[in-house]
Amino acid sequence: MTAVGRLVARWETLLVVALLGLIVLGTSLSPFFLTPGNFSNLIAALMEVAIMALAMTLIIVAGEIDLSVESMAGLASAILGFLWAAGVPLSIGIPVVLLVGALGGLLNGLFVARVGLPSLVVTLGTLALFRGLALIVLGPRGISDFPPAFTELGFGRVPGTPIPWPFVIFAVLAVLLAILLHRTWIGRQIYAIGKNTGAARFSGVRVTRLKIGLFVLSGLIAALAGIILTSRLSSARADAGAGMTLTVVTVVLLGGVNIFGGRGTIPGVVLAVLAVAVMQNALRLASVTVEVQSIALGSLLILSVVIPTFAHQAKSAIDRVRRGRPPPADSVKGERAVS
Amino acid sequence: MAESAVSPTAANGRSPGQWLATLARQRELSLVAIMVVLGGLVTLTAPQFLTVSNLSQVAVLASVIAVAAVGEALVVITRNVDLSVEATIGLVAYAVARVLELHALDTAGAIAMGLGLGLLLGMTNGAVVALFKVPAIVATLGTLSIFRGVDYLVAGSHQVPLAGLPPGFTDAARDTFLGIPYFVVIAVVVVVIGSVILRSTRFGRQLYAVGSNPEAAAILGIPSRLVVFTAFSMCGLLAGAAGVLWVMEFGTINGTSATGVVLAVVAAVVVGGVNIFGGSGTLAGAALGALFLGFIANALILVGLSQFWLQAIYGVVILVAVTADAFILRRIKRAVVRRSVR
Repeated sequence: MTAVGRLVARWETLLVVALLGLIVLGTSLSPFFLTPGNFSNLIAALMEVAIMALAMTLIIVAGEIDLSVESMAGLASAILGFLWAAGVPLSIGIPVVLLVGALGGLLNGLFVARVGLPSLVVTLGTLALFRGLALIVLGPRGISDFPPAFTELGFGRVPGTPIPWPFVIFAVLAVLLAILLHRTWIGRQIYAIGKNTGAARFSGVRVTRLKIGLFVLSGLIAALAGIILTSRLSSARADAGAGMTLTVVTVVLLGGVNIFGGRGTIPGVVLAVLAVAVMQNALRLASVTVEVQSIALGSLLILSVVIPTFAHQAKSAIDRVRRGRPPPADSVKGERAVS
Repeated sequence: MAESAVSPTAANGRSPGQWLATLARQRELSLVAIMVVLGGLVTLTAPQFLTVSNLSQVAVLASVIAVAAVGEALVVITRNVDLSVEATIGLVAYAVARVLELHALDTAGAIAMGLGLGLLLGMTNGAVVALFKVPAIVATLGTLSIFRGVDYLVAGSHQVPLAGLPPGFTDAARDTFLGIPYFVVIAVVVVVIGSVILRSTRFGRQLYAVGSNPEAAAILGIPSRLVVFTAFSMCGLLAGAAGVLWVMEFGTINGTSATGVVLAVVAAVVVGGVNIFGGSGTLAGAALGALFLGFIANALILVGLSQFWLQAIYGVVILVAVTADAFILRRIKRAVVRRSVR
C-alpha cells in the first residue's frame, strides 16, 4: 500500500474527517457554534471524561479494563467534601484525595496483576466498593461552600482566552501520556503486554509491576477527575460521576483502541474526545434530547467496532481477488470471545 | 467442563487439594452453609430475621434478580457477558406498565408482550455479538446505552403509578402457592428447566463447549455463533421475565426503573460460582448467588447498618468470591499436576 493509502486507511484520519464533518454540520445548525464562548462550554463539560479516557487508553492497550473510574471520581469528590466540611484546608485535602485514588488503583492492580483475576470482574467489584465507600463517607448530603479559588479551577478560563482550565490539564496530561506510550520503552512494553502477555513476560517485561503501575495511574487520574468535577459543579457529592465509565470506554474505543489490547494511540483518543464533544454540542444545538444522545453514543460504540472489522474483511477479500489466492487458513478459526 | 474434567483425578487421589476441590464443586453447598451460619448470627441480634414474613420478603426480591441471573449465567458460560440486562429489565418493565395503564392489552397480553420484547432485545445483542463479531462487553455496553436511551425517550418524565395497573396485578408478588411465594416458584421452575436443558440436551453441552474452548468447539463442528446467539436471546427473554416481575414487585414504574441492577445480576453470577472465563458453572449457583446477595442486604439492614453500606459490601462480596475461585482453581491445578507427575 502506498504512503497516501496508509494515511487514508488510518482510523485517526477517519476521525479527523468525521470531526470536520461535524463542525460543518454544527456551523450550519447555529451561528453560535464556533464562537469562543460555545467552544469552551462544549469542551468544559467533557473534560472529566476526557482525562479519565487518557489513563483508560493505556489500560486497554495493555489488555485490561478499569470499570471503577467513575466510582473513584465519586469517592474523591466525597472525601474532598468531607474533609472540607471537617475544616481541613484544601491544600491538605487535595493531596489526600489523590493518595486515595492511587491506593484504590493499587488495590485494583494487586487483584488483577498479582492475584491474576480478570480485570472486568475486579473493577466491577471495586465499582461497587468505591461508590459504597463514597456513600459511607458523605451520605446523601452535598457540600458546596468551597472557596472561589477552588471553583475557579473547574469553572474558570485561562485569563485572556476562552480556554477552560480543565482543558489545560487535559492537554498537559495528553502530551505526557502520549510521550510515555509512543516514545518510551515503557510504552513499547505496554503494547507488548497487550499483544501477547506471555511473550512479553518471557522477553523480560515486568508485566506484574507495569500493570499495577497502570492501575495506580488510572486511580490517580480518576481522583483528579473527581476533584475537577467537584470544582466545576462547586459541589461535592457521593454520586458524582455516576455513569461516566460508559462514556469513557466509548471515547477510548472510538479513538481506535482495540478492546483486546495491543493497538491504539493517544492522538486517536484525543480526536475522539473532540469529536464526541462537537457531536454532543451539535446535537444540543439541534435541540436533540439527552436521551437520543445516549442512543447515538451507544450506536457509535458498536459501529466503531463493526466498521473497522468490515473494512478489514473487505480489504482482505479485495487483496485475495487481486492476488488470486485462496482464503487464509485462519479465517475458519472460531471467533474470539471476550475474556 | 473444567470441573468434570478434574473431578475423577481429584476424587480418587488423596491430594491436599482434594477437600478444596470438593468445596469448589459444591459452591452451592458452601453458599447455603454460609447463609445458615450468618443467619444464625443475625437472628441472635435481630430475632425478626427468622420470621416467615421477613424470609419470604427476601426470597421474593431475590427471585427477580435470580431469574435475570440465570439468563446472565447462560451468556457467561459461553465466555461472553451481557451488561445490558438492567436496561432490558427497565425497558420491559416500563413497556408492560404503560400498556396496562393505557388498557391497550389485558394482563396476559401485556406479560406476553414483555417477554417478547425481552427476547427481541436479547436477539439484538446476540446478533451484534455473533453476527457482527463485536466483543460482548463492547456490544452490550453499547446496547445498555441504547436500550436505556429508548426507555428514557419513551417514558419521558411520565411515571406509571400503582393505581394505573389493573387491580390485583401486583398481588402476585405477595401471593403464595402452598405457602411458597409465587415468585420463588417461578425462579425455581426457571432454574430447573434451564438446568435440565444444560445437562441433558445437545444445546446445553454445546454451551459449555463453546465457553470452555471456542477453537476446539469450532473444530468439533459446533455452530458456536448460533449457540452464542441463542444464549443472548435466552438472556434477553429471562431479563424480560425479570422486567415483568419487577412491575409486579414495585408497582410504580418510570424510565429510570432498575438502574444499576446489572451489578447485582453479575455479582450473583460470580458469587454463584460461574466462571467469568466461561465453560463452567451452574444455573442453581447463579440463583443461589442472587439469594445470597439479597440475604446479605436484608441482614445488614436488620443489624442496623445503613443502606449506604450495601454497595460497599456488594463490592467486597464480588472480590472475595472471585478471589476464592482463583485460589481454589490454582490448588486444584497444582494437585492435578502433582498427581500426573507421580
